[in-house]
Amino acid sequence: MLLRLEPRGQRSRLWSYASPLLALALTVVTSAVIFSVLGKDPLESLYVFLISPLTSATGLPELFVKAAPLILIGVGLSLGFRANVWNIGAEGQYTLGAIFAAGLALRYPDAPAIVLMPAMIALGVLGGMTWAAIPAYLRVRWNANEILTSLMLTYVAQLLLIYLVTGPWRDPEGYGFPQTALFSESATSPVLVAGTRVHLGVLAAFIVAIAGWVVLTRSVIGFQLRVLGQAPRAARFAGFSQDKLIWLSLMVGGGLAGLAGMFEVSGTVNQLTPQISPGYGFTAIIVAFLGRLHPIGVIFGGLILALSYLGGEAAQIDLGMPNAVTGIFQGVLLFFLLACDVLILYRLRGPRPAVAGGA
Amino acid sequence: MDQAIVVSFILSVMTASTPLLLAATGELVTEKSGVLNLGVEGMMLVGAVVGFAATLHTGSGLLGVVFAMLAGMAMALIFAVLTLTFLANQVATGLALTIFGTGLSALVGSSYVGTAVQGIPKLQIPVLSDVPFVGPIVFGQDGLVYLSLAAVVAIAWFLRRSHRGLVLRAVGDSHDAAHAIGYPVILIRYLATLFGGGMCGLAGAYMSLAYSTSWAENMTAGRGWIALALVVFATWRPVWLLVGAYLFGGIMYGSLAIQAAGAIDLFGYRLVVPSQFVSALPYIATIAVLVVISRDRVKIRLNAPACLGRPFHAAG
Repeated sequence: MLLRLEPRGQRSRLWSYASPLLALALTVVTSAVIFSVLGKDPLESLYVFLISPLTSATGLPELFVKAAPLILIGVGLSLGFRANVWNIGAEGQYTLGAIFAAGLALRYPDAPAIVLMPAMIALGVLGGMTWAAIPAYLRVRWNANEILTSLMLTYVAQLLLIYLVTGPWRDPEGYGFPQTALFSESATSPVLVAGTRVHLGVLAAFIVAIAGWVVLTRSVIGFQLRVLGQAPRAARFAGFSQDKLIWLSLMVGGGLAGLAGMFEVSGTVNQLTPQISPGYGFTAIIVAFLGRLHPIGVIFGGLILALSYLGGEAAQIDLGMPNAVTGIFQGVLLFFLLACDVLILYRLRGPRPAVAGGA
Repeated sequence: MDQAIVVSFILSVMTASTPLLLAATGELVTEKSGVLNLGVEGMMLVGAVVGFAATLHTGSGLLGVVFAMLAGMAMALIFAVLTLTFLANQVATGLALTIFGTGLSALVGSSYVGTAVQGIPKLQIPVLSDVPFVGPIVFGQDGLVYLSLAAVVAIAWFLRRSHRGLVLRAVGDSHDAAHAIGYPVILIRYLATLFGGGMCGLAGAYMSLAYSTSWAENMTAGRGWIALALVVFATWRPVWLLVGAYLFGGIMYGSLAIQAAGAIDLFGYRLVVPSQFVSALPYIATIAVLVVISRDRVKIRLNAPACLGRPFHAAG
């Protein structure tokens, strides 16, 4: 071995901030290599993928619109991941939040916005929580692994969505397309900045991130979550209820994912279709890690991953590339991030000098 | 019942079960060494698209299968370097592998959507394959079906009866002890992870070269995750893997058959069920099976590799 890892003995503060930056740089370099392998000019491709989406007048507002669901879900997941509760079914919880909210919007299109909007928010959160309650209950009561159960429920949620938009909720005037009727004016999230699509959900994402930060750093619950993740035995000796924290993690994660789904259908899509999410629930996992499982960091993570969506669309239009490049960029970014994180706990050293008389 | 229907039913179930069995057998070996690779779905997808592309360009199904296996191993190598050398979190890295594999396979496969290939040939032994009933089931399958069955038996023997299998289990149950005795923990885990990747690549090839002979984005539809659940279902015992894979193959085939028929005949009542509810059956069954197995905490703790998912770093 040319290089070896030497334990630092404590977490490096420097590297916990530098690691995401190094990972981003390595991802950009790797993307350039992938672009050139695909026969594209790497520099031009990078420009199209990472910079061109922001140069148009609507670029920056669109970035925030795309980042909003990622931040909402990412904040919830980061709290759970800290406690080693691996809710990876946020995509399904997001879908259920959208379905619950849409059900109300379609049933009472004429209700005044002042009543309908809060009710939709509440139902969105409830929808996500309902879906997350299943893995929580199965984990606490029956010891079933929440990774697999929450993921399986994502497939079920998607099938439920398709059933609704092709069956009972299909718009009779939609020319047979699998979609519901458009939401009424009062079921549409108000636009906050005139001339853009920046809706109430963007504001909610920032409020939630700040609230998450306060809970994590200033509350007993936040402390318990951190202890459970870093030292499960200590948490047990201290008498923290693991079951309670599992429930809490999944309820917060599910509720926020449901809220993200509600805002997405009410703020940007304005109806239910089978394509209400380009994988936000999975991308938010990367957002949470890129944000150092810290609610404020998640804001930055959300903005960067939102750029990868816009970049994928730009690459599709300007370079004729499949927008799967978004997924590759996201996967590579998480790879590098996880690899660079080794530097937080270890330092790289050269080969061990030969010691006379053996080790 | 008509004999031809029974034969076609058994053949269909075997076809649906084989990719699950291949992937789950690979993952079982990986997990027995103490490594939890959640990237099964991603490795299968990359195996599927690479196997398809190689078959299309070389015209040889065998080469397609070989390349699919190598592709699965390459994916597993990424995982191994990150988790075993760089000590990254295994759960997160496995998820990254699936996200990456989904994107990569979609990118590579975008130009192949809508094309069909010959696929891998089925065994054709004169006389034997034509024997009624037994012939097509025992002597008329493609190579990967036999390989999947042989692999389960071989792995069952390897883990229980061979010295190397014992070492592998020791590494998975107590990496510190295995290291102290002098076994190369990291190397063994690398090999087990690569084996798992190769098997997932084969499972992917089965999807694009035998189950269907075309490529479609996300064509594994969660089979990689079901394979992961099967390992828990089997409580890390290969023989039970066989039972689980064929049980789920049966459920998957049943759900397809009900969708094709459009309704279920239940004691003379025609029950029309929306096809999406029927499609959801395998996923719901997976949850149900996980619950039934996992509620016995002692059994899980006795059988799960004790170091599953825990990073190993030789101190000093």
